[in-house]
Amino acid sequence: MSGAVAQTGVPVQSHVQGRRSSLTRSRIRAAWLFIAPSLIILALIAGWPLARTIWFSFTDADLNSLSDYEFIGFENYLANYDGEWLGLLTDPDWWHSVWNTVWFTLVSVSIETVLGIIVALILNAAFPGRGIMRAIILIPWAIPTVVSARMWNWMLHDQFGVINDMLLRLGLIAAPITWTANPDTALWTVVMVDVWKTTPFMALLILAALQMLPSDIYEAAKVDGVHPVRVFFRVTLPLIKPALLVAIIFRALDALRVFDLIYVLTSNAKDTASMSVYARQQLVDFQEVGLGSAASTLIFLIIALLTVMTLAAGRVRLGEDPR
Amino acid sequence: MKALTRIGFWLLVIAIGLFAIFPFYYAIISSFRSGAELFSVAYLPERLSLSNYVAVFDRQPFGRNILNSIMVAGSVVAVSLGLGITAAYAFGRIAFRGRALLLMTILAVSMFPQVAVLSGMFELIRSFGLYNTLPGLILANLMLTLPFTIWVLTTFMRELPKEIEEAAFVDGATPWIVVRRVFLPLMAPAAVTTGLLAFIVSWNEFLFALTFTLTNERRTVPPAIALMTGSTAYELPWGTIMAASVIVTLPIIALVLVFQRKIVAGLTAGAVKG
Repeated sequence: MSGAVAQTGVPVQSHVQGRRSSLTRSRIRAAWLFIAPSLIILALIAGWPLARTIWFSFTDADLNSLSDYEFIGFENYLANYDGEWLGLLTDPDWWHSVWNTVWFTLVSVSIETVLGIIVALILNAAFPGRGIMRAIILIPWAIPTVVSARMWNWMLHDQFGVINDMLLRLGLIAAPITWTANPDTALWTVVMVDVWKTTPFMALLILAALQMLPSDIYEAAKVDGVHPVRVFFRVTLPLIKPALLVAIIFRALDALRVFDLIYVLTSNAKDTASMSVYARQQLVDFQEVGLGSAASTLIFLIIALLTVMTLAAGRVRLGEDPR
Repeated sequence: MKALTRIGFWLLVIAIGLFAIFPFYYAIISSFRSGAELFSVAYLPERLSLSNYVAVFDRQPFGRNILNSIMVAGSVVAVSLGLGITAAYAFGRIAFRGRALLLMTILAVSMFPQVAVLSGMFELIRSFGLYNTLPGLILANLMLTLPFTIWVLTTFMRELPKEIEEAAFVDGATPWIVVRRVFLPLMAPAAVTTGLLAFIVSWNEFLFALTFTLTNERRTVPPAIALMTGSTAYELPWGTIMAASVIVTLPIIALVLVFQRKIVAGLTAGAVKG
């Protein structure tokens, strides 16, 4: 992505630019005509709903009567009634969902990064069957999230699941584990399924970076007899770091929005709710549009802040990059 | 030592391969087993009973759900590509003021968490009278596909040589003709990649489909599978759920395997969506 950002910064140079001909002017007019439909649609289906969601977060709107509401200021976020603090920011369930999301993001993205590097290194080596292997690891990525969640639901079934059966046969556990219902294991289960599903994406992005590395460095290292592990940490890792960071940031932003996996895998339970699950529950299940919108708005702010920070950091880094 | 490294390498390859493929393999095996058979674990296929596959279509409008998904994803791809190619031409080939800022804004939209627009989108869809309809879902899903379609196509558009369109302009062609006659054919491979990614995103979309539909007949595949239960509380529904899962996953896996290289190119070129 950072490559694309770099390219957007560079205006297209046209060697007819010197004379501002009528052709250039008509092309600029055409440009606006061409992007107008996309801009109008995006404003309608992204800009406007976002603005309305933020507005709703300051009202007491209810899902059944969306047009009948009153402005109540910040009361959905924080309010004080007779010395008692109420609102989203005092709801332990909200904070629990924030913690779940952050924990899930940190743990799953870390594991996916390490595994992604390993898989990418393997796929970068020449071995018979490499093409088949690359196709195989794409399968988990291609399976719809809801479907993979249900597949794992069945595999992790406490009584008849294949995972418990395997572990019992291997003697690793003494009794079946209720993977998705037990609060101690449920989030780990979510992490495991996410790792299974998204490591291929990580691996492919890292593999693309690996394949751009010049091979002469490695030949030189080989001639000098440098240990492969040393070569990896001293040469490969620093060289793929920019691509790796982009992959990690994209995964992290995606993980912070997690909904499908947790909703289906742990049946909408409170213990494992992510921020998105919490917001939808307030909005739809409890019909509390005001409170749900407040949660949505906070999620948006958190992700927007992280995105802006990322893009800013990307700009800075691109400044040194003579691309 | 060398042989040991080799064995280790192959063990790792096999372990990764098994980990990647086992869940889908197990879903296929389970989909061929029904009733009391599911109370015991089987690692190898025993027989090919298609009763689950019949039951999926029998007990609920699953055929209808698949058709809904195809119609929604197909329309989303068509609209995204149509709007995306024209917009990408403007962004990629014409220098105009505010271009970088606009592209950045569009990229920012693709970062929106879906839940952030949920209540506003709900209101919008209801005010258009599109609640519990397929056009409502198409409209909502465009928010997910249009930004990255424009973004990826713009990247591809930039890489085409400049001389192509200049020759056409010298011959007196209008920008619209240039897009249609010159760039559309050249963009075909990129459009296939982007269209495929948009199709997968829309095919897999769950949160909007769950929230903006009400009746089983209007659901797309993901909420239909997520909300699938057994016919009685005592029956294990997993045979039918796995059959449904296999049905909707096979075409996607086939697409991905056929277009493997294109998809990887699209993901690494624009890499906006996982």
